[in-house]
Amino acid sequence: MIQRNNILISFDDEVPLLQAVRKLRDNKEIITDVLSPFPVHGLDEALSIKRSRIPVVGFIFGAIGALLAFGFQAWVFTVSYPLIIGGKPFFSVPTFIPITFEVTVLFAGLSMVAAMLIRSKLKPEIRFEPVEERITDDRFVILVEAEDEETTLSRIRSLLSGIHTIEIR
Amino acid sequence: MGMTIAGLAMLFGVFMIFWTVWQGIGTWGENRTVGWAFEITTFVWWIGIGHAGTFISAILLLFRQKWRNSINRSAEAMTIFAVICAALFPLIHLGRPLLTFFIFPYPNTRGLWVNFNSPLVWDVFAISTYFTISLVFWYVGLIPDIGTLRDKIKKGLKKNIYNFLSFGWKGSARGWHRHEITSIMLAAIATPLVLSVHSIVSMDFASSIVPGWHTTIFPPYFVAGAIFSGFAMVQTLLIITRKTMGLEDFITESHVENMNKILIATGSIVALAYMTEMFMSWYSGNEYEHYAFMNRATGPYWWAYVIMIGCNVFSSQLLWIKKLRKSLVFTFLLSIVINIGMWFERFVIIVTSLHRDYLTSSWTMYKPTIVEFGLLIGTLGIFFTAFLLFIRIFPVISISEVKSILKTGARHQQKTDLSHDTTE
Repeated sequence: MIQRNNILISFDDEVPLLQAVRKLRDNKEIITDVLSPFPVHGLDEALSIKRSRIPVVGFIFGAIGALLAFGFQAWVFTVSYPLIIGGKPFFSVPTFIPITFEVTVLFAGLSMVAAMLIRSKLKPEIRFEPVEERITDDRFVILVEAEDEETTLSRIRSLLSGIHTIEIR
Repeated sequence: MGMTIAGLAMLFGVFMIFWTVWQGIGTWGENRTVGWAFEITTFVWWIGIGHAGTFISAILLLFRQKWRNSINRSAEAMTIFAVICAALFPLIHLGRPLLTFFIFPYPNTRGLWVNFNSPLVWDVFAISTYFTISLVFWYVGLIPDIGTLRDKIKKGLKKNIYNFLSFGWKGSARGWHRHEITSIMLAAIATPLVLSVHSIVSMDFASSIVPGWHTTIFPPYFVAGAIFSGFAMVQTLLIITRKTMGLEDFITESHVENMNKILIATGSIVALAYMTEMFMSWYSGNEYEHYAFMNRATGPYWWAYVIMIGCNVFSSQLLWIKKLRKSLVFTFLLSIVINIGMWFERFVIIVTSLHRDYLTSSWTMYKPTIVEFGLLIGTLGIFFTAFLLFIRIFPVISISEVKSILKTGARHQQKTDLSHDTTE
């Protein structure tokens, strides 16, 4: 998965990782990605990742689910096949609420998970080449974009000389 | 050993399911008066057990209870298996499982739809939504951990399977960011969902006119009971898991104690609900209502009532004693006692209310048959088989969550060597 023009810097802890991220960004290097075995606190701010809009997706689909469920029940009981059940009114809002609620939750939940998978480009694949096998175990990795590998490599080496890294390649 | 017993129980249950479908539900002990009994009891019991998982993963996540991290994964798995066991019962109940699709609203040549005024239809939506959301929630949490397993394996079929299951998880910063937001949002919507599911189940009873069922206290009372029995089942499973998998350092005594505190709280709510019901039956001045409750405690099913009160009210109050709360052996035994008690709670509610209601001429007794016991044992078999398989194949404790906690915890202790934080 590693692209040819990417430089890989790996760490064994999150503190030097965060230091390196700040330093690289201060020096206008372009970080393509940061990989870690668990969510690192403070990394979002360091990379200035904007807050994801997945909750908005959830809200929109939840609203669609609510309208769909309520509208469908109302249509069934007033237009499609009105039935007298226990003398209750055809359009009885309270009895439509439980299903409306459940369908809202279902739509919101599934849409958010779908949004997460699509946005993060996660899909079931038989073949998968990890950038570095240990990033799901105990390695932290920064990928930096490089137009010219040799010069960027030496530039990054000197930049990160004070920080404890495992490997720069 | 455990697997063999569970497997045999499952086979027995599957045979009984086939027998029921083959012969018809006449093989059960239900009669015209007691039309709901053993199976509904077991169904509600399983749904109740299924509540603890999402309670732990959603509500405790929102309340930032860090201790949940070592128990949430297995509790969520438990939820899924319990809901599967529960969902079997409506299908068997139909007598003709091939016509299951009748319970969903779909366009058909008869022009009819399902009755949206009926709590039984609400149940279909509530339980299928609950199952879907719990499954998705559990799986989203598993994805990074499956990634870890994938990278531990060098090659072969197993590698391909884990590749497939891990959805190509990379661990990138944006991926984690979205993963965290999705998890917290799922927790936020799963919280009201947990409360809604058992409320809707309770409405199957509460919206009828049967004395002893027709009460407004049912939704909160059922939810508290569900969390009570669910936590008891979590205790049973976790104490077995920590013993067999050697997870003593991860599932500690303080986890067990914390869950015991939740058991006291929910057990007390359940006790209060029993008392409120009793009081209301007298205070309402309704003689049918009054008789239903007197009949529960002193009628022919008094023994079921005694088991219910003994197992749920008195036994859980013993947890006020710190020594017992911390004892694993006691907790294990108590958790089984509570689950028996909660099964009897549903039995008492359902059977004693139905067997003597308004018409004295149709009063009768109910006796379960071997087929019905078979279904209970069989679902227990399915449940334990699935759970044991799960702890063999997937990480029972969320690896990435424990890592992030270990790192922060270790930093507090000024430790420099942080590399030995693998959980397996």
